[in-house]
Amino acid sequence: MASSREIKRRIRSVKNVGQITRAMEMVAASKMRRAQRNVLAARPYADRMRELMGDLTARVSGPATKGTLLEKRAVVKNVGLIIVTPDRGLCGSLITNVLRRAVRFMIDQRALNHGVEVFVYGKKGRDYAVRNSLALVGEMTKIGDSPRIEDILGVAVGAIKGFQTGRYDELYIIYSEYINTLVQRATVKQLAPVETPDAPVSTNQIFTYEPGEEEVLHAVLPRYVETQIYQAILESSASFYSAQMVAMRNATKSAKDLVKDLTLTFNKARQAAITKEVSEISSGAAAQAE
Amino acid sequence: MPMHLEIVTAERVIFSDEVDQVNAPTRDGRVGILPRHEPLLTILQPGELGIIKDGVRTPYAISGGFMEVLSSRVTILADTVERADEIDEARAEKSRRVAEERKQGAQTERDMALAEAKLRKELVRLQVARMKSARRQ
Repeated sequence: MASSREIKRRIRSVKNVGQITRAMEMVAASKMRRAQRNVLAARPYADRMRELMGDLTARVSGPATKGTLLEKRAVVKNVGLIIVTPDRGLCGSLITNVLRRAVRFMIDQRALNHGVEVFVYGKKGRDYAVRNSLALVGEMTKIGDSPRIEDILGVAVGAIKGFQTGRYDELYIIYSEYINTLVQRATVKQLAPVETPDAPVSTNQIFTYEPGEEEVLHAVLPRYVETQIYQAILESSASFYSAQMVAMRNATKSAKDLVKDLTLTFNKARQAAITKEVSEISSGAAAQAE
Repeated sequence: MPMHLEIVTAERVIFSDEVDQVNAPTRDGRVGILPRHEPLLTILQPGELGIIKDGVRTPYAISGGFMEVLSSRVTILADTVERADEIDEARAEKSRRVAEERKQGAQTERDMALAEAKLRKELVRLQVARMKSARRQ
């Protein structure tokens, strides 16, 4: 059995770890709330955008979609993939889930003979892409907790341009979808060709488009895709902090359990030492009495 | 009859209120929107967005976006938007100078276009920052 001094030291160190994870849990909890607010705040824009798109695409179809982000290409040669990961770890299985989903996606694409090029948001995904020598064409790290849409456009625009110029025939994004505090799901979403949302029923009005339907469509489409990427990043951030909060809560609980266990062991060791000492004294006394 | 104006950016809802008139810089020129305007969907360019409510005109600087007008509801999906009195003139001036320098030093056509777009945006911000809310006669 370890000496009581040894055990005492371990108790102290586990307690310290527990204090740190508890602090991290609380920090993650407050950042999670902010990230959730960001997701909610960004929703009206995305919703209005979708309505607008539904109305527009109902009017423009067929050959007019050529060269736009709506264009469905008969032969797919290359696809662009955007992977969204956090910058930091300590968030349970979140990163693994996203990366595993990405790997499965790439295997599926290769089976179809599609080349895959990768864009990455977040340090963890970047490191993974570099380590596994994926075809990394764009990356952005240190995004921060409340990015504005301009902050994240660099990579997004690269991917969109890639589709417009025909370098990619399809565009996808993989990110951690925020379902609730306990559940985050690695999700694949198709960005381009843009899947047209259903036209809203309310707008049976006839719009005037200035300068024209097609010009408006050409301007709206890239923005629509950018918005989707932005939303994915915000959701990933909310997912990250929830996962981190839960992971840290579990760590704190484990630390507590461990301290309890160690304290028990410590007390037993102390008890054993006392018993031993008493029996030594009494046996010594007995020997003298003889 | 008032109309409802909502200005949203990708980040959040900036403005949501009843207004009397909206003057917006579209790609084809400035338009004034009054209640009961015909349904319109248009592209906005950098410029001054004027919102008139109770005879007071509040200028905003907008860097681009889309505007949808539907009977008495106007929705502006803005790239970025700032109220004139929220713009820090000194800082806007500095940004303008930086943009100008970058334009001078641009090597490729792409850099040139980017710098020019940025410059135009900063010029608009400066211009709008100097407008103060004005009472309309």
